[in-house]
Amino acid sequence: MTLPAIAVRNLVKRYGDTAVLHGIDLDIPPGQVSCLIGPSGSGKSTLLRCMAFLEEATSGTITVDGEVLGFSEHSNGMRERIPATTNRAIRSKIGMVFQQFNLWPHMTALGNVSEALRTVHKMSRKDAEARAMEQLVKVGLEARAGHYPSQLSGGQQQRVAIARALALKPKIMLFDEPTSSLDPELTGEVLNVMRDLAAEGMTMVVVSHEIGFAATVGSRISFLDQGRLLFSGPPSEVFGKPRHPRLEQFLDTYLDRGASMLV
Amino acid sequence: MSFKLFELLLKASLYTIGISLVSILIGFAIAILLSGMLLSGRRALAVPARIFISFFRGVPLLVQLLLIYNLLPVIGLNVPSIVAAIIGLSLCTAAYQAENLRGGFASVPRGLIESAEMVGLTPSQAFRRIKVPIALRLTFPALVNEAILILKASSLVSVVGIVELTRMAQDLAGSTFLPLQLFACAGLIYLVINWVVARTGGLIERSLPGVPR
Repeated sequence: MTLPAIAVRNLVKRYGDTAVLHGIDLDIPPGQVSCLIGPSGSGKSTLLRCMAFLEEATSGTITVDGEVLGFSEHSNGMRERIPATTNRAIRSKIGMVFQQFNLWPHMTALGNVSEALRTVHKMSRKDAEARAMEQLVKVGLEARAGHYPSQLSGGQQQRVAIARALALKPKIMLFDEPTSSLDPELTGEVLNVMRDLAAEGMTMVVVSHEIGFAATVGSRISFLDQGRLLFSGPPSEVFGKPRHPRLEQFLDTYLDRGASMLV
Repeated sequence: MSFKLFELLLKASLYTIGISLVSILIGFAIAILLSGMLLSGRRALAVPARIFISFFRGVPLLVQLLLIYNLLPVIGLNVPSIVAAIIGLSLCTAAYQAENLRGGFASVPRGLIESAEMVGLTPSQAFRRIKVPIALRLTFPALVNEAILILKASSLVSVVGIVELTRMAQDLAGSTFLPLQLFACAGLIYLVINWVVARTGGLIERSLPGVPR
């Protein structure tokens, strides 16, 4: 068996008394597109954010490419925080794309993509911008390199955000509802970039309401409901009939949102 | 009203401009320190900053100026009254500017720091490269506003014996019996100075790219 790109073990996340994740076990296979779907509040975004250690899990472990991220857990249940520099090194294997794009408003598209190459990797301005430009070409935005985020459409901003993550050559890309704040018209251009990325064999974890994308591009679909992973499997199995009743119910809400082809 | 009188008013307004400008800059430096203390998350730092801000926002500037002017000699600092005036104005504007800065830092969206973390910036790099520039841009309009307030409030430093624009107009009004003309002129000069400040601020603000508004 190949080493999973990310292994989630018995992950629990609580906010005060409210448990958001009830002991999730999930392997993200390398070179494939894993989709996390489920109703709002099912914990899928929280799970993804825990994988990136943007959120600290209450218990359980996240292993990225064989290395434990965030907290290690001893057999006696003691948790130990992993040093920040180690976490940063492990996290450098992960690229993240956010629902709100989170581009830095005071930098151009090129500035956003080249920033980490310069500050973190100490590349010269010239080299960093050359590499950033390659990434912008890849997402089809070389003509917008000098534009500020406020001068770009939502879809363009998200593509810049993808380029920013890719510029650091991550092994794994996490997408947290990448199209949820976009007009339906702009969703397509972002999904196309993601499709290209999937075709290149990038390991991807996608939290999305785009059931069509999950069904056509996803290699594994995981369905979360109320903080529990109900089931995981290839799309043909998950979306093929007979379906889990909870999934059936969930899909009903998507019938008029482009998922009718599945029914 | 003769040109000579107008010239005297203009000369006095240089005091107004000079004292205000220096005070705003010193106040800004102190405000950075204060907002840092407020945001440090340490009580030992935040509480003194809170007390400082409460005092300088809560006591009238006129009283502050008189207090400082009379306090300095008591603690053995015999400084010219212009220095006392600048200290008073600086401390007062620092309190207001610190609140502006704190607000600016607090309104930098968390997601922008998360995205910085995800591309490998250390917390201090994210602070310098992302948080500070955005917070300063968010704070800039309030800074221009504060500059205008201080320019007007600087008329109060006449109580410690500085002959700035307002005081000059008063003195001349007393000796020439032309109060209406002189105060109208003084008002006009304030208006022009503040118009220039507001206009320059607006231009700078527009040249700062992509501030979330």
